[in-house]
Amino acid sequence: MRKNPGPFYSSPVAIWISSFFLIPLGIIFTYSFMRKGLYGGVVPGFCLDAYSALSNITFLKITASTLYIALFSTLAIIVLAIPSAYFMARSRHKSFFLFLVIIPFWTNFLIRIYAWIAILGNNGFLNSMLISSGLFSHHVQFLYNKYAVILVTAYTYLPFAILPLYSTIEKFDFSLLEAAQDLGATKWQALRKVLFPNIRGGITTAILFTFIPAFGSYAIPQILGGSDSLMIGNVIARELTVTRNWPLASSISVVLTILTTLGVVFFMKLNQNASGSVRRIATAEKGVNA
Amino acid sequence: MTKKAIISPFVFTLVMMFLYMPLIILVIYSFNDSKTMAWSGFSFRWYQELFTNSGSLWRSFGNSVIVALGSATLSSVIGTLGAIGIYWYNFKFKKILQIATFLPLILPEIIIGVSLLIFFAKVNDLLSLVGIHFPLSLFTVFLAHTTFNLPFVLLIVMARLEEFDFTIIEAAYDLGAREIDTLFKVVLPIASPGIISGFLMAVTLSLEDFVITFFVAGPGSSTLPLHVYSMIRFGVSPVINALSVLIIAVTILLAFSTKNIYKYIISK
Repeated sequence: MRKNPGPFYSSPVAIWISSFFLIPLGIIFTYSFMRKGLYGGVVPGFCLDAYSALSNITFLKITASTLYIALFSTLAIIVLAIPSAYFMARSRHKSFFLFLVIIPFWTNFLIRIYAWIAILGNNGFLNSMLISSGLFSHHVQFLYNKYAVILVTAYTYLPFAILPLYSTIEKFDFSLLEAAQDLGATKWQALRKVLFPNIRGGITTAILFTFIPAFGSYAIPQILGGSDSLMIGNVIARELTVTRNWPLASSISVVLTILTTLGVVFFMKLNQNASGSVRRIATAEKGVNA
Repeated sequence: MTKKAIISPFVFTLVMMFLYMPLIILVIYSFNDSKTMAWSGFSFRWYQELFTNSGSLWRSFGNSVIVALGSATLSSVIGTLGAIGIYWYNFKFKKILQIATFLPLILPEIIIGVSLLIFFAKVNDLLSLVGIHFPLSLFTVFLAHTTFNLPFVLLIVMARLEEFDFTIIEAAYDLGAREIDTLFKVVLPIASPGIISGFLMAVTLSLEDFVITFFVAGPGSSTLPLHVYSMIRFGVSPVINALSVLIIAVTILLAFSTKNIYKYIISK
């Protein structure tokens, strides 16, 4: 018998992931129990200051607004994504439509955000149109509020939801819908009682893949948000680079990590066969071979 | 007979308009002569400005390309070996390794950015004790990008290995091949389509990343997304419109060509 080469093949990835992922997570975990240094950094010693700061009212408000933004953008995305994916799966031009969904998704993230500034900004497309048509005499401030953040979050993560939904709906046997209708169900009943239970895995994955990045989002509220749309991601960044309270930045990150992991585990338990699809879609996400 | 569907085509059309309208507006206004979004005539002046008068932008672009190619190469090598090890063999702590490589895919990017920034600061502290300087630089960006690319390469290559029978490897051994021969003459050729798409995905992810890079880049190691970010902070600029159009065009070209490359590999 030959020697098991498994450890040999896996050791580079094990070393890399330990060094640049697990150890950094371990460091922020320990930092989250320390006191903040005078000029950034931390002072060794155990304390829970960074965690008790999380119950402070400003932080709770920010958590609430983060939740609000993430929930509403996820909701908008799912409402748009299910019918779109259904249409694509039933169409004769599947691969062309898939391609159409993937192109904007491949376009640079910041360019997509910028496009919305070009449209909604004070000197943007919409304001120029409204003013030159005489509807408004001054420009209107469309940006820098939570609606702009929700809109652009939905825009950014919409393909994340369409792709997994498409891949599950495509496997659905549509003759079941006809059967249900032959047996007297209305079209809506057939969709609700036959289609939806069968595509639960896809819906779960779609929610997971839009809600998690939306909840942990940083760039969109940073660029397009205002004082009403400060999100947890912005607070982490601020504590890290501006206020230089590293224990607080760490404790927020630790809580966010734990919540995300629990969320994923919960969703996977909820839908046993979703775990495979989460893994598959995580990789197919960017659609190299979609 | 069922009625013709109305709602789903309508929503799909709406979604397509929603997805493409911003991009189309960027394309149109990149040819606008005026500095504002009011149309004042067709012109190539912003493209001219982009190519003749934007040195720092192209330096950032150069940085992006270096980091993308470097991190995609390294993560493809490490990821491929890891995929072979994890998919075909059993060993201690395999389950933990699988979870540890899956987690970076689902965690919000900011967590990875923040933890790496704090980690690099700690490493710099430790190294400065022995007189070595380890500042944030293009090298730390490269390390960070390799880290977030790895799980993707790993999973893509594993998906490719799933399609193959392990008995091929056993046959190679039975016929007397050494480990190294099996790797280079049997396993890697089998896995190559997966490795190529993993590599391409890593290049795309790396070129695209803003959040993680934002935290781990030092002075002088700006990448293209960081440069675009600093331009955006000054408001709408027609030069960004022109740049966006180039990026969109390259994206579409790449999407087409990778699709074709993929078909070509499969048909071989």
